[in-house]
Amino acid sequence: MSKDAILTAIRRGLRRGPLPADQQAMLGGRLATHPRHLIPARSRVARPEQVALFIRNVEKEFGTVRRVADAAEMPAAIGEYLAAQNLPQRIAMAPHPELQGLDWDSRPMLQVEARRGDPQDSVSLQHGFAGIAETGTLMLPSSPHRPTTLNLLPDTEMVFLRASRIVGAYEEAWDLLRAENQDARTGGFMPRNVMFVTGPSRSADIEQTLELGAHGPRRLHILLLDDDPAALPAP
Amino acid sequence: MLTTSPAFKDNAAHALKDAGLQKALGKAKGAFLQRRAEAVSRLPEFEALRDVGRDIKNHTLANLDFYLETFAANVERAGGHVHWCSTAEEARAAVLEICRKAGAKTVTKGKSMISEELGINDHLEKHGIDPVETDLGEYIIQLRRETPSHIIAPAFHLNREDWEADFRRAHTDLDPDRVFHERRDILTEARTRLRQKFLAADVGITGANFLVAETGSSVIVTNEGNGDLTQTLPRVHIALASIEKVVPTLEDCVSLLRLLARSATGQDFSVYTTFSTGARREAEIDGPGEYHVVLVDNGRSAMVGTEFQEMLRCIRCAACMNHCPVYGAVGGHAYGWVYPGPMGSVLTPSLIGVEKAGHLPNASTFCGKCESVCPVKIPLPKMMRHWREREFERHLSPQGVRSGLGLWAWFAQRPGAYRLASRIGVGLMGLLGRHKGAFKSLPLAGGWTAGRDLPVPQGGTFMAQYAKRMRNR
Ligand code: SF4
Repeated sequence: MSKDAILTAIRRGLRRGPLPADQQAMLGGRLATHPRHLIPARSRVARPEQVALFIRNVEKEFGTVRRVADAAEMPAAIGEYLAAQNLPQRIAMAPHPELQGLDWDSRPMLQVEARRGDPQDSVSLQHGFAGIAETGTLMLPSSPHRPTTLNLLPDTEMVFLRASRIVGAYEEAWDLLRAENQDARTGGFMPRNVMFVTGPSRSADIEQTLELGAHGPRRLHILLLDDDPAALPAP
Repeated sequence: MLTTSPAFKDNAAHALKDAGLQKALGKAKGAFLQRRAEAVSRLPEFEALRDVGRDIKNHTLANLDFYLETFAANVERAGGHVHWCSTAEEARAAVLEICRKAGAKTVTKGKSMISEELGINDHLEKHGIDPVETDLGEYIIQLRRETPSHIIAPAFHLNREDWEADFRRAHTDLDPDRVFHERRDILTEARTRLRQKFLAADVGITGANFLVAETGSSVIVTNEGNGDLTQTLPRVHIALASIEKVVPTLEDCVSLLRLLARSATGQDFSVYTTFSTGARREAEIDGPGEYHVVLVDNGRSAMVGTEFQEMLRCIRCAACMNHCPVYGAVGGHAYGWVYPGPMGSVLTPSLIGVEKAGHLPNASTFCGKCESVCPVKIPLPKMMRHWREREFERHLSPQGVRSGLGLWAWFAQRPGAYRLASRIGVGLMGLLGRHKGAFKSLPLAGGWTAGRDLPVPQGGTFMAQYAKRMRNR
């Protein structure tokens, strides 16, 4: 069998047989504790600066951010963005309890459908699991409440994100997922799909020159709910 | 994939005369270098992270059997399947079998160098399945029936005119007189065209930048989002990956990701970095119903324990070719197989044999730039030297080179004769070239003077000048 052939060839190269039990246990320990390596200092700052760094990095990568003080204002913030961009008042929304719990009645002109993404969608609203300040990256794990297609098919993706969910480094985002997610199938924490998204889709394949809007969304707009008093900018 | 590596010298001569290629190379070269330099300067820890990256990869390679088995067990736990393949034939057969079982007619593909190495597209076509490349660069390469000329920018050798002409030729249902005002118009046409393919595909095939043992995940990194559409929309997702892609944990993976985009495109992070683990879970409303990893050896395990083991650290960032003067002069196709530039010069002889690819490790100025930018510190020049030694030992170098080296060795061991001979040589050349300053051609040195001039020596041999200076002190 090829599996045995490959493993045998590797062991021959390493001049040893299968690893003895104690060494396997040691490597098993490394997997279980998954030690961190060097983490860049840039994200090791106080909360307000961390959030500011996140926003700066999103904008550097051609995304946009709007800070919203209160969840009650969220539907209005969405409606205003759509109007300003000349987009239809119609969104495909992740069927996430937190999004479904927003006061959509306050914005009767806005049509909201909780479902997966479809090819003809022009705008989606995704629920953000975490934001990573280090590079302005969103962590979007799949679940029945967070369909992956919403990140891919619409022309414009909006993401709802709580400021309290902004962390410094990728490692901290993994820790959130490890702590909060439990997968029925594997007994582990890893969902089927985890996307790290940094800005809208782009390509530099034509003469190495950057153009936005390749196959994924052309616009990425983050609605940042300021739910963390410690993360607010100094007055 | 077929190789033209044995014809490297002819390929290179051709490339130097190809005006379109030289234009494309000239335009693109500086951009990568500058963007990488800027990204590196924004991250003070970059140098320290290179050591981290090297150490993670070394640790993994020293325990490669363990981490591969752990990876496979975790893929299966998440409802996926792992197909272990020793050879390219086995891998092609495994992919075809999965596609057939799925009743596939159309297969979309994310960019994957291993797919090029295995020749997946030809194999599928031969069996009546339509493979569609969806990365913009790969898409035009497929339209042109070419191979990629760069491992992260497949259409590196093309100019905008080529794109426009090829799109007009291929998309015959559109108005032939349409105008492409800017690059964006080309992009939009490809986006619309490929949307239909994404939706029609039965199977999506991606590569993998990493495999994570801890979770059984395959990881892809893209800017376009084509890889994600490829692996999310069809019923079946196949991830093609070679065995050295595995890393132990998510923490190891993100440490390497900090190096990858900065070294490759000079971005701090690519737009989409996606971890796929198994098939669609209960109650999920999208995602593929089947998930397969085709795990390919194809010559890698034979590198373990040799002087080329360190090459298995490579994360395919392309920094070495972006910084290589030889690549910059001749482009990627001259190398004649899948992997060009310094990493290709080391890897290709390992994978297809030094008899076929012996010219590649010779295509180096040994300037050392590749090693100095490599994010996992692979000693590329040292390994190219190893190949030269092997080529010589196995009597694969041409007779001219061998007798030349033999002659030089005879003199080198006899300092008196060496000095005499070089005095005569230098004196003669000085005399011949008295009025010229440089030779445009020289007997016995045609190989050198064909591509550049040789300056006329001035003021005697080194030993003579040295002796004179010592006397005058
Ligand atoms: S050898 Fe180093 S620089 Fe070249 S592609 Fe591989 S990792 Fe990048």
